[in-house]
Amino acid sequence: MAVTPPDQKIWWNEPIHRLELGWIVIAFLWGLFMFFFMIAWHFIGDQNLSTETYRIQPSAFEAKVEAFAEQYQVGEESGVPVVRPPAGEDVFMLARLWEWWPVLELKKDQSYRIHLSSLDWQHGFSLQPTGINIQVHPGYEHVITLTPTEAGEFGVICNEFCGIGHHQMTGRIRVVE
Amino acid sequence: MTAIDVGSAGIAGATAEFRTCGYTGLKVDLAAQRLIKANAVAAVIFLLLGGLMGLLVALTRWPAVHLLPAEWFYLILTGHGANVLLFWIIFFEMAVLYFASAILLNCRLATPKLAWLGFALMVIGAVLANIAVLQGDSTVMFTSYVPMKAAPHFYLALILFAVGALIAVGVFFGTLVVARAERTYEGSIPLVTFGALTAAIIAVFTIASGAIILIPTFFWSIGLISDIDPLMYKVIWWGMGHSSQQINVSAHVAIWYAIAALVLGAKPLSEKVSRTAFLMYILFLQLASAHHLLAEPGMSAEWKIVNTSYMMYLAVMGSMIHGMTVPGSIEAAQRRNGFDKGVFEWLRKAPWSNPAFSGMFLSLVMFGFIGGISGVVLGTEQLNVLMHNTLYVPGHFHGTVVAGTTLAFMAITYLVLPLIFQREIVWPKLAQWQPYLFGIGAAGISLLMMGAGTLGVARRHWDLTLTDAAHAFEYPPAAFLMMGLNGLFALLASAGGVIYILVVVATVLKGKRLDTADVQPLTFPLHQGAKTVSEYGSEGTVKLPGTIVLVGIFFAAFVLYYFVNWKYLSDLWLFR
Repeated sequence: MAVTPPDQKIWWNEPIHRLELGWIVIAFLWGLFMFFFMIAWHFIGDQNLSTETYRIQPSAFEAKVEAFAEQYQVGEESGVPVVRPPAGEDVFMLARLWEWWPVLELKKDQSYRIHLSSLDWQHGFSLQPTGINIQVHPGYEHVITLTPTEAGEFGVICNEFCGIGHHQMTGRIRVVE
Repeated sequence: MTAIDVGSAGIAGATAEFRTCGYTGLKVDLAAQRLIKANAVAAVIFLLLGGLMGLLVALTRWPAVHLLPAEWFYLILTGHGANVLLFWIIFFEMAVLYFASAILLNCRLATPKLAWLGFALMVIGAVLANIAVLQGDSTVMFTSYVPMKAAPHFYLALILFAVGALIAVGVFFGTLVVARAERTYEGSIPLVTFGALTAAIIAVFTIASGAIILIPTFFWSIGLISDIDPLMYKVIWWGMGHSSQQINVSAHVAIWYAIAALVLGAKPLSEKVSRTAFLMYILFLQLASAHHLLAEPGMSAEWKIVNTSYMMYLAVMGSMIHGMTVPGSIEAAQRRNGFDKGVFEWLRKAPWSNPAFSGMFLSLVMFGFIGGISGVVLGTEQLNVLMHNTLYVPGHFHGTVVAGTTLAFMAITYLVLPLIFQREIVWPKLAQWQPYLFGIGAAGISLLMMGAGTLGVARRHWDLTLTDAAHAFEYPPAAFLMMGLNGLFALLASAGGVIYILVVVATVLKGKRLDTADVQPLTFPLHQGAKTVSEYGSEGTVKLPGTIVLVGIFFAAFVLYYFVNWKYLSDLWLFR
């Protein structure tokens, strides 16, 4: 039994059950497949999280985002600037206690280089209802090339716990045709 | 402490007191027995506390109830994580380690005094952590990601608890050495002890990672260190956070084998395969903390892919092997016991009314289907972006830690009570239903949280309606429905948890004593008609069609679900 020492002292020479052997082969091949599929998706897939990252002081990032918002601001919504950057442009969004700033207006099927960083604690960029979830760190500027494929209003929710105002922390990305 | 002294060690060896187990004929070291009791009791107390907190969390996330105010919700959620994921599970694991060493090896426990010191430190740490959380300035969640800061004694409490656990692990290793030196067993250690050894080795790595990150974090919280890099913190913290889950897996897999042996007389199909599968845990999973960092900036794709999978998912393979050999060994034992008709007579006529068996088998099935499959999907580099930090994540780990580990621990309790506490279980009818209630509840909350997470619902989030948010957003109505149902299943799981605690407490206090001479002896294996399976290796001649069907269903579900998620991913906006 499993609670007593093996009956045969030389247990490592016992035969392996056929079913065990078959299952090990299947599990092994499936594991190999899953490994290679992650690599393959970098070539065949259109959804691969960028790893382009720069170290940056929160205050420096804040200055960049403010300059960006001032340059392309087209309106205001709940006291937050609405920013419409030209297609293909560098776009900035910052996370801080407890808001995503500013509101972005993007064009469908155009690519943008989105720069994400936090000014204080960690936050979670959760773009809904599409379902893109990215961790946002203070001190790290993460650049993601994003191409919206559908028009509409999208919410940015914080899904990394960031204190008592965590559930008030939302932002908005609007995609127009 | 003079325990290191050769003379006193010799005296300890000479003075260790034993009783002879009335059922198994094993020598039981009374010092080990007392420690097992103390750790098990502490575990159950923290399960009660943490479970109650979990219920409050579920009732708050139930939109129609929305019980706690926001501040309390986050506080209680922090306490829930610490109490059940750390204190309940690790206290219980310490009991498992003492059982698998001193009791199964027929041996005295090495340095019981040191073991008590470890226990005391763990209790102090656990109590202090609860005080810190309840004081309200340590609401940092289980993960306590910097630069969010908790009170210094929160970190100190975790460090004390970890040191205590490390001492207990040391006593376990010491006991193995003593058993070998004093020749208390023949040949190799039993498979269950081997599984416990796996858990203990991973525990050393886990606690080392915890020390490396929590000690500087403690210094940071008292102002001696100015800054801790949040990304570095996360990489090392998960060296503890993820590996500790691997301790749980090793421990509960060892328990699956133990229950299959004690209840059905099952033998592993082959020692070689089962032990190699445990070894894979040691070699390939403790560094896989990378899969908690897949949505993070700063790490290369190569680093993520290699570290989550170690080229070929060898640790997943370890679990898949156990997932086949455990039911396989049960089928082999049952067929030898005469339940040989058709494909599934062995399973139909298994002792489903024995809570040890039913709990163990439910744990096995749900750990594989719910926790296991979702874990691999969640840990796939690209797929992680779909559900990172959504409720899918707690859905997944309630499948592993609640439906898997906790249920397995509950199941073995029904054997520990008569064997170690020497009490007959009171209210056996109630105990019989307990694993089903708890199991269905746990499966429900796991699946519903995974469902809500798939719809984008954030984890650790007080307000599903986002009423106070600057920019309104509405989750789909299905998410509200799921969170309501999640509350109902949480009630079910809580009922199962309460029954478990009632049965345990009543049995320990009021159960009929089994250490008197006139008791009916239990004969192992417990299941009627079961007899110990004869020869090793001869399992090779038994056909196991039932197990083939079971693993076939599992594999089909795995592959299907894996590709469904790739389909979801391919529908997202494009990003690179």
